[in-house]
Amino acid sequence: MIDKKEAAEIIIGAVLLAAGLVIHFTGGDALTEAILLGAGCIICGYEVVMECVSNIRGGTIFDENLLMTIAVVGAFLIGEYPEALAVLLFYRVGEMFEHYAVDRSRRSIAALTDIMPDTANVIRDGKTISVSPSEVEVGEKVLIKPGDKVPIDCKVLEGASSVDTKALTGESMPRDIDAGDELFGGFINLTGPITAETLRPYGESAVSRIMEMIEDSASRKASSERFITVFARYYTPAVCLISFLVFLLPVLLLGGAVQTWLYRALTILVVSCPCALVISVPMSFFCGIGGASKLGILVKGGNFLEMLAKTETVVFDKTGTLTKGTFSVSKIHPSENMTEDQLIEMAAEAEFYSSHPISLSIKEMYGKAIDPAVVGASQNVPGRGVITEVKGSAVHIGNLKMMSAMGHNATDACCKGTKIHIATENGGYLGHIAVSDVAKADSVLAVKALKEDGIKTVMLTGDNGEVAEAIAKEVGVDEEHSDLLPQDKLSVLENIIKEGKGATVFVGDGINDAPSLARADVGIAMGGIGSDAAVEAADVVIMNDSPANVVSAIRISKRTMRIVWENIIFALAVKFVILCMAVFGYADMYLAIFGDVGVTIIAILNAARCLSVGSTVLKGSITDPDYPKTNISI
Amino acid sequence: MKMVMKVEGVCCPNCADKIERKITSLNGVDSATLAYMTQKLTLEISGDPESISNDVEKIILKTVPKAKITKV
Repeated sequence: MIDKKEAAEIIIGAVLLAAGLVIHFTGGDALTEAILLGAGCIICGYEVVMECVSNIRGGTIFDENLLMTIAVVGAFLIGEYPEALAVLLFYRVGEMFEHYAVDRSRRSIAALTDIMPDTANVIRDGKTISVSPSEVEVGEKVLIKPGDKVPIDCKVLEGASSVDTKALTGESMPRDIDAGDELFGGFINLTGPITAETLRPYGESAVSRIMEMIEDSASRKASSERFITVFARYYTPAVCLISFLVFLLPVLLLGGAVQTWLYRALTILVVSCPCALVISVPMSFFCGIGGASKLGILVKGGNFLEMLAKTETVVFDKTGTLTKGTFSVSKIHPSENMTEDQLIEMAAEAEFYSSHPISLSIKEMYGKAIDPAVVGASQNVPGRGVITEVKGSAVHIGNLKMMSAMGHNATDACCKGTKIHIATENGGYLGHIAVSDVAKADSVLAVKALKEDGIKTVMLTGDNGEVAEAIAKEVGVDEEHSDLLPQDKLSVLENIIKEGKGATVFVGDGINDAPSLARADVGIAMGGIGSDAAVEAADVVIMNDSPANVVSAIRISKRTMRIVWENIIFALAVKFVILCMAVFGYADMYLAIFGDVGVTIIAILNAARCLSVGSTVLKGSITDPDYPKTNISI
Repeated sequence: MKMVMKVEGVCCPNCADKIERKITSLNGVDSATLAYMTQKLTLEISGDPESISNDVEKIILKTVPKAKITKV
């Protein structure tokens, strides 16, 4: 990785510098000293000068190569030979380190995203052949052996196994899978062979989309990233001017010694090189985004990381975000002239076309296949329910609002849970079915941690007040809004955004959350890569369904921003102090070299810290590497 | 239309910024970002892809003569 020619030049330069210094301090022959050090300068400086010349040809005059060229030539002219070579040598060492560090962080992130499967074992005409995943078509059968990566998004046909989802979700516990389960490309099959049917072409599979997102993230630059390049655009010429004035004014106006003031001016040139700032800022964002992806958090750009750090309020959608989103029927309550079986059958038939989690739970409870012939036209009433023709009569099924809109007399004041009321146009009210959903374990952890971080939490839901309140209490959110129609969610969110000073984050999972995800300052989509519209509209995608990762994302963003500003302030402060010292003659060239190369190295090492994100993971959440253990001890 | 190129050898974010600005001012280019860390140039163009990619290549090589450009 280290360029041999570069290394050789630096070593030769170092030897010549050492020799020159020995002669210098033992009072040896000044000419020999000048020749040795001059040779060193030519060997180490050739590239710098060439680069400077080619940049000037390309229309760029002021850059660090010019600063270095002037400083070295100037130092040589006033007889400061060792300084001239030392400046060059350390500059080269700094550059080399810089490239090495940047390259390393590029590689470590490339390794993180090395989730692309190389081959797929597709079963064609009874034979298993190994092909590139991009050649597999939708609906083909693939064989996935233990130890293999799942090549493409697919559905298990045969075989039971467990899969390691860590590369995609950050989740440390393997998932058990069985026939009928969906798998994403990039999962690793652990225990048994599986035959699966592919669901999507390779290019649209989860892993391709994730890769694309990570690759694209760097093209959305944060405003502090833009600021620093704009700053550097004016900074370098300004520094050249200051340095020139420091030389010229005292000499012309005060009759200062040319040599003294030239030395001071050159010192200023050396110290004010903007490398430290310019490299460390984008590197911090890049490493922060890379670190987040280790936990299964995909941030679509540095700008979103910057915004997340200003989070004041986090607004959660309830179902599927704070709760598991899988309902189960807890009570069937028919009116006098109905039986439980009749009621659930009618409900299941009326919900035949619906894929709402509640409908699914009712159909699951019914447990039998529904004859499509008995189901007629079905109409979805948003936020209320469904009206479906079943066996010739119109069945009204939905919440209390649905009932009152249709003129049925019903009440929610009965059993616990979300009530689904059923009535027919001619037969009147027939009873209700209660379903309930449970909060995710990580929701409680996440809300608690957000509170500790001083962030307000809000829950929005279309469910009725009683159910919403129970979940809100269990999870511990500061505020809840229930009985919301999809468009109400957006207006509540808009109010929160308007009232807040900082950033408002919306966390949701469903297709109907897409407008809110787009409207919020930062939209976080949960539940991975499943729901296209949500992932498309979101700025951050959490792959493993855990609200605890919302906290990690915010903490990573704050940490990244802190490191960015640490570097900016540290670098500018050191440079400014040394610059002032140089003006008054208290700083020599060696201190200036530290102010340039030393500061750059420190800033880059600091920026690389953004990559380690372990400390932001909530203890006991599913992202915690010790998850199974901690879970048992609770 | 989106166009992506890999640009290796850009020395620092400053050069990247310079190239980015020059490319953005080209006719038929709606937006351009050159990310220093990923070494990726992402263009949103409405003009002729052929001539734009030629111009883009010229701009990059003029600013950073040793750059290596590959189309993705």
